[in-house]
Amino acid sequence: MVGHTNSPETDRLFELLSSVVDPEIPVLTLQDLGVLRDISITDGEVKVSITPTYSGCPAMETMRADIKSTLAAAGYEQVLVQQNLSPAWSTDWMTENGREKLRAYGIAPPVKTNCGHPVGQIQCPQCNSAEVKLISEFGSTACKSLYQCQDCREPFDYFKCI
Amino acid sequence: MNSQKTALLNYCIALGDDSLTLGHRLSEWCRNGPFLEEDLALTNVALDFIGRARLFYSYAGEVEGQGRGEDDFAYLRDCREYRNFLINELPNGDFAFTMARQLMVDAYDMGFFTQLMQSSDPTLAAIAAKSIKESRYHLRRSKDWVIRLGDGTEESHQRTQDAFNQLWGYAAEMFEMADDEQQLFEAGIAVNRSALEADWAATVHAVLKAATLEIPDSNWAIGGGRDGQHTEHLGFLLAELQFLQRSYPGQQW
Repeated sequence: MVGHTNSPETDRLFELLSSVVDPEIPVLTLQDLGVLRDISITDGEVKVSITPTYSGCPAMETMRADIKSTLAAAGYEQVLVQQNLSPAWSTDWMTENGREKLRAYGIAPPVKTNCGHPVGQIQCPQCNSAEVKLISEFGSTACKSLYQCQDCREPFDYFKCI
Repeated sequence: MNSQKTALLNYCIALGDDSLTLGHRLSEWCRNGPFLEEDLALTNVALDFIGRARLFYSYAGEVEGQGRGEDDFAYLRDCREYRNFLINELPNGDFAFTMARQLMVDAYDMGFFTQLMQSSDPTLAAIAAKSIKESRYHLRRSKDWVIRLGDGTEESHQRTQDAFNQLWGYAAEMFEMADDEQQLFEAGIAVNRSALEADWAATVHAVLKAATLEIPDSNWAIGGGRDGQHTEHLGFLLAELQFLQRSYPGQQW
């Protein structure tokens, strides 16, 4: 999480929003994804900053609506959800917890990057084999590509590293 | 508006138009892809381009400050007001044509967004930083496909060669600066597109070579997109894209 001003109230807001998940990968919360960047509250108005994973990610609208309705249910009516483009989202912002949850869900987590270059090996989320083959650069959503394990033969989604 | 602000507005609109027209063309592949994975890939790439268009149009509205938003730019302008490069509006043709165009545009986008990231305008720099991550993927995919098709069967080779022959002259306008764009470049905001051609040619030529394809003759060139002069195809594209808002103004989902 990028630096946010910690106060009991913003902590409570982060806690509230920990129930908001990615509509397309419902095991991941917005915090796990690194999409939720900051929360501030001024004169009763809550400002939530999120950053898009991909420019055209259709899930962003749903996330925005879910943030608003979650906060409204807790009594926060004045909510502004703003989109931060810079710095551009990177899969390195995904939490360890998030990576583990992805793997358990059957999606291979993104490899990490070093100065923008991928490091590490994509592993099959079923059997952990590193003998994997790219089937298609794009999988079921913009953020994933499609692989097949050469050992257990299972096809699987890989969360692309960007 | 002062002249620099007008130039910036035109710049954002043109970049939005490039993204929207190509995004729309790619979206036409939805359920027509050669196989399921490719259908998904083409539509995911389409989403990236449409997302970019939204960012550029939203910023255009901000720059203009007259209350116009992304939908106004997309749905309520006619052909002559569109400023996209002609290559983006051409019909999809066959799969080889689509991937050949994609290679030419993706290679251009890599060079363009790398430079735009250095823009002194923070919003343009941020959109560029976002877009380049996507373009890197797009280019990898279009390279792979061009090589696979070019170095494939006799038929796939011929179709891919025909596609590049038909597309080649559309590249020229991607490297021609408009007058007001030059002014923005001097102010540190815009990219000097004429300086991108050498790297672009090196990238594309290397892929064509690996794909056993000939580099087409560059003895013809067609342009005019940035001046609002289009092929006959853009009108049909906009007719479909804009139909709902033209027939039911202000209609929302």
